[in-house]
Amino acid sequence: MSRTPERLDAFPTHHIAGFGVRAGRPLPFGASRVPGGVNFSVYSAGATGMTLVLYRRDAVEPLAELDFPPEFVTGAVYSMTVFGIDAEAIEYGYRADGPFEPEAGHRFDRQQVLLDPYATLLHGRDSWGGQRRPLRSGIALDDFDWEDDRQLRLPSQDLVIYEAHVRGFTRHPSSKVGEPGTFAGLVEKIPYLKELGVNAIELMPVFEFDELDNDRLDPDRGEQLRNYWGYSTVGFFSPKAGLAATGRLGMQADEFKNMVKQLHRAGIEVILDVVFNHTAEGNELGPTLSFRGLDNSVYYMLTPDGYYYNFSGTGNTLNCNHPVVRGFVLDCLRHWASQFHVDGFRFDLAAILGRAPDGAPLPNPPLLESLAADPILRDCKLIAEAWDAGGLYQVGSFPNYHRFSEWNGKFRDTVRRFVKGDEGVAGELATRLLGSPDLYAGRAPTASVNFVTAHDGFTLHDLVSYNEKHNDANGEGNRDGDNDSASWNCGAEGETDDESVLALRARQLRNLLLLLLTSHGIPMMVAGDEFGRTQRGNNNAYCQDNDLSWVDWRLADTNADLLRFTRAAIAFRKAHPALRRASHPRGHQGTGWFPEVSWHGEQAWTPDWSAGRRLVAAMFYEHGPHGHDCVYLAANAHWDGRELELPGLPDGVAWHLFADTAQPDGNDVHQPGAEPQLTGDRIWVEPRSTVVLVAKQTDVEE
Amino acid sequence: MELEKQMRGPVTVIALNGELDSTTAPKVQQGLDELVPVHGMVLLDLSRTTYMSSAGLRVLLLVYRLCQQLGTRVMVSGISDEVKAVMAATGFLAFFTVAGSVDEGVEVLAA
Repeated sequence: MSRTPERLDAFPTHHIAGFGVRAGRPLPFGASRVPGGVNFSVYSAGATGMTLVLYRRDAVEPLAELDFPPEFVTGAVYSMTVFGIDAEAIEYGYRADGPFEPEAGHRFDRQQVLLDPYATLLHGRDSWGGQRRPLRSGIALDDFDWEDDRQLRLPSQDLVIYEAHVRGFTRHPSSKVGEPGTFAGLVEKIPYLKELGVNAIELMPVFEFDELDNDRLDPDRGEQLRNYWGYSTVGFFSPKAGLAATGRLGMQADEFKNMVKQLHRAGIEVILDVVFNHTAEGNELGPTLSFRGLDNSVYYMLTPDGYYYNFSGTGNTLNCNHPVVRGFVLDCLRHWASQFHVDGFRFDLAAILGRAPDGAPLPNPPLLESLAADPILRDCKLIAEAWDAGGLYQVGSFPNYHRFSEWNGKFRDTVRRFVKGDEGVAGELATRLLGSPDLYAGRAPTASVNFVTAHDGFTLHDLVSYNEKHNDANGEGNRDGDNDSASWNCGAEGETDDESVLALRARQLRNLLLLLLTSHGIPMMVAGDEFGRTQRGNNNAYCQDNDLSWVDWRLADTNADLLRFTRAAIAFRKAHPALRRASHPRGHQGTGWFPEVSWHGEQAWTPDWSAGRRLVAAMFYEHGPHGHDCVYLAANAHWDGRELELPGLPDGVAWHLFADTAQPDGNDVHQPGAEPQLTGDRIWVEPRSTVVLVAKQTDVEE
Repeated sequence: MELEKQMRGPVTVIALNGELDSTTAPKVQQGLDELVPVHGMVLLDLSRTTYMSSAGLRVLLLVYRLCQQLGTRVMVSGISDEVKAVMAATGFLAFFTVAGSVDEGVEVLAA
């Protein structure tokens, strides 16, 4: 090989601790491979000195400690190129010098070796639940052969989002995959996802977290519970090694990229659930891992006496609208969008992202504005969980810049209450079906991510099987978790062999699924709900790394009818543009048959919204390049059946039956395109059931 | 790591013996660069590769791309189950045609 350096700056100017080094490049932040070595760059406004600590992979003691000389500091950025080190064979960290004055916001501690906030790999949790070693920063090889892959850029109104936990999705032995509980295992389930018909998968946290960071014990077994969900980020730029089959080789980034590439080939977008509201460092009693030791007063919202504001409910709150932290969050999202081809982000407790350093909600939060306008993120879906644990509830009012959608908590609550038979909910349900124009006027139905269940709360099966939460296994005496789930057990709490209860539950499940999948907006469902996954009444399974949480794939056989129903409902949505509107429906457009939405009842064109009726009958209509698309939905949450007069159709067109949740398994749904024609101009809607019809040309033989 | 080349009829068989990681990768890459023929057939024999790191797997992919440029057909043989699993999980395996043994690979390439 050539002995001449490749670049003018590819040779050392100094020697420190046995290594040839030179002043590094401040950008990019983090550690990056350069000709002949590695460039390290880290910033701290408050530090008075900085030391780079190098380790051999897995070694206990440092290989070398390199103090940054003053001439290697640009502004607040410490950067150094170290020659002759092998990126794959080392781990690293930093010691930051500075004052320990908590009341002034400073918590520097030179004894701690800190993680690089920009580290592209973390070592120390190389396999899930494995040996606990010190967490250290590592350097991912960032070249990957994407071939022609790019973000899919599916229109938002066409999305059907499937929320999944990477480990829980394939960890159960019944998943029958070769690499259970990993990114690679998820790839093996892509054919299943395609057949189901979802086109976006929303992954619960995949940034490096510490699954062992949970002190509670399982009250029955005495075993330590886990931080299974992972809403407690340690490394924002690093895919979690323990979720990768190749984590022990440090190839989690490659494995993650391949997962994205394969999902894209199947037409499925990847949305990441990202947690920027807090970090894993907790409050003043928590561990110092990185941010606290680098620049405590920059990264965290602090009270005037130097304690941590706790709007996240986890001990600390990331100081998101500090200019430096804004840059950090933006760099991180750009990293995932550009390096990993991720299609979108769901922001956990996103109301925090709109708070000022003192916690006050901002009218025009600079962080959210930057994300909304960022060129690299332009095609990414941005979804806010528009509330936080500090009482800020912004569903419908989240600062959105016409870019952010929201988890529509009101959709969830309304649909649940309607279906369980609450009085006086029909009117609000009508609004929710249209993409909640009361909340999102001037925006679009796609501002609303509609969901009935999410990872947080009951599964769909448990929503119709339990009145009360059953969270004892979480070790908090059933005090954790939501107390107001609007659930109904249909007559018996939990497991039962009462046929009438089971039949009603089956019907209620289908009612919920149909309302979700016929509503305007972006539907989201939880992995396993399509075949009746249960958490045995636990509505807060964040710590349950076991068969309580893991998807049990045997249920796909046990509840094959429910799975078939869900597939058909997704396919029906896909077949009907009237259900996937990009704008809120208006009245009659002058051409075509009907207004874009109309309301009906026992008499066509005459809805009855009185509180006790518990009936919504809607007709969705769209006239476009595809021709006429017309769908009729009748949802009866009353315990009595109702006969409804159907709106008349033009000659040669008749109502055809897609779904009737009161029909026994097997007849509850028909394949989209093969719906049988109805006779007569009235239908009977059974108690607590939903009927969906489609207007089609009459059968040729008639 | 040692590279060992032998001709089996029209097929250039290159054995990669030892550890392929970031320390050995640059030398191996340079060696393969010199050994891979233009418009020929290459079989990479990994049966005596004792360790393969992330950087090592990248060398294999780079050789694959080099062969594409040169119009050379390439196969690999003798991959251990462990390396195969890593290559499958990261998608690297999809680029390669895999033979169970050198004999099988030579037969397929020469056919």
